[in-house]
Amino acid sequence: MIRTIRAEEITKNIKEMCIEANHILSKDMEEVFLQSAEKEKSALGKQILCQLKENLDIAREDMIPICQDTGMAVIFLKIGQDLHIEGSSLADAVNQGVKEGYIEGYLRKSVVEPIERINTKDNTPAVIHYEIVPGDQIDITVAPKGFGSENMSRIFMLKPADGLEGVKESILTAVRDAGPNACPPMVVGVGIGGTFEKCAQMAKHALTRDLNEKPSIPYVRALEEEMLEKINKLGIGPGGLGGTVTVLAVNIETYPTHIAGLPVAINICCHVNRHAHRII
Amino acid sequence: MDYHINAPVSKEDAQKLKAGDYVYLTGTIYTARDAAHKRMKETLDKNENLPFNIKGNVIYYMGPSPAREGRPIGSAGPTTASRMDRYTPQLLDLGLGAMIGKGKRSKEVIESIVKNQSVYFAAVGGAGALLSKCILSSEVIAYEDLGTEAIRCLEIKEFPVIVVIDSKGNNLYESAPAQFREE
Ligand code: SF4
Repeated sequence: MIRTIRAEEITKNIKEMCIEANHILSKDMEEVFLQSAEKEKSALGKQILCQLKENLDIAREDMIPICQDTGMAVIFLKIGQDLHIEGSSLADAVNQGVKEGYIEGYLRKSVVEPIERINTKDNTPAVIHYEIVPGDQIDITVAPKGFGSENMSRIFMLKPADGLEGVKESILTAVRDAGPNACPPMVVGVGIGGTFEKCAQMAKHALTRDLNEKPSIPYVRALEEEMLEKINKLGIGPGGLGGTVTVLAVNIETYPTHIAGLPVAINICCHVNRHAHRII
Repeated sequence: MDYHINAPVSKEDAQKLKAGDYVYLTGTIYTARDAAHKRMKETLDKNENLPFNIKGNVIYYMGPSPAREGRPIGSAGPTTASRMDRYTPQLLDLGLGAMIGKGKRSKEVIESIVKNQSVYFAAVGGAGALLSKCILSSEVIAYEDLGTEAIRCLEIKEFPVIVVIDSKGNNLYESAPAQFREE
């Protein structure tokens, strides 16, 4: 059976999700914040983590965006193959939602033409990733992405001989270089395998994972734990001002790759790792 | 050390601050980020005056989110300072008193801070809602067409910042992480 929904419904949800994501972090992110403040050994670092927690409370209660960089809207859509969308085109419906959300929600419009730098004035277009899946629902994730951390992201086309050690070194290099610029404590999304664009997309998608969910592949799980520990030994700390909490989470996704390659993408995110999720 | 100091920042105040000091700033500061710096450079290249008197004044690298009704400003935390590095030594030579941002600065900027006895503060990145509470008023004074990137004059009260690079060239981004590094 084909299920039909109106494009306006998607617009309305995207609009609300843009506003929600920019004011309220997901529960798992809030929890990890509280745990991190207890673990931090630097007094200044502890103070900064407490300020960040207070910042989250103010954002939620007074409806002030958590960060003034309300990001470029990155949107993941998993569309059931038995779903029919009626009305405007799906991309138009999504962009209309972004436009309404950023204008009515007092969010910053940060999107410009790349060379002429002319602002589009409504934060569109969004970056939309589509996936067709079984079912008759649409699964939407809205992840506004700030560019202080986006600018520190890296991609490495490693050789197969570089192996797991090469992957680890690439992740550490990206985080070390990001340092204070990426507003630590960070969340690090990693994509391993696939092609050039596939690993970048996995790295971005990895940032949206619920932090209580762990990867099913044992070596990936072990790698996440090892990298979390290694990064926190870099000493960068909250705000880059020294400490033992540099990263809140390392989320890794993998995909088979070609016999000749080992692509690794590291998408750095700040502590304002925003994502709103709904299923319609 | 904790200090409560006024903005514009006097030379004496700038010189007494050390990397690692926690400072509450009160007074008047100006915002400028990428596009405003580019315009200021073009203005100087044409031998025209900057839109505000730079002597002793503080530039805050920040582009706010829009203000809701009844509020002076929206979310208002720092942006990455290194993108302004290529413009900064010239502004320091003209008397720029201090800068507030986040993230590392280039060798040239650090040398210029020492030469001009200025100071670079960090505000906590990603704390824009909290920091907005220390801003009493905000007025666009130049380049209005740049939207969030326009130059704003802000009245601030007890605005919390940390001295990262002091007038001797000490750099907290180098010294503080080294104490916690276990590689
Ligand atoms: S990196 Fe994140 S926390 Fe820092 S300014 Fe950008 S969006 Fe805000």
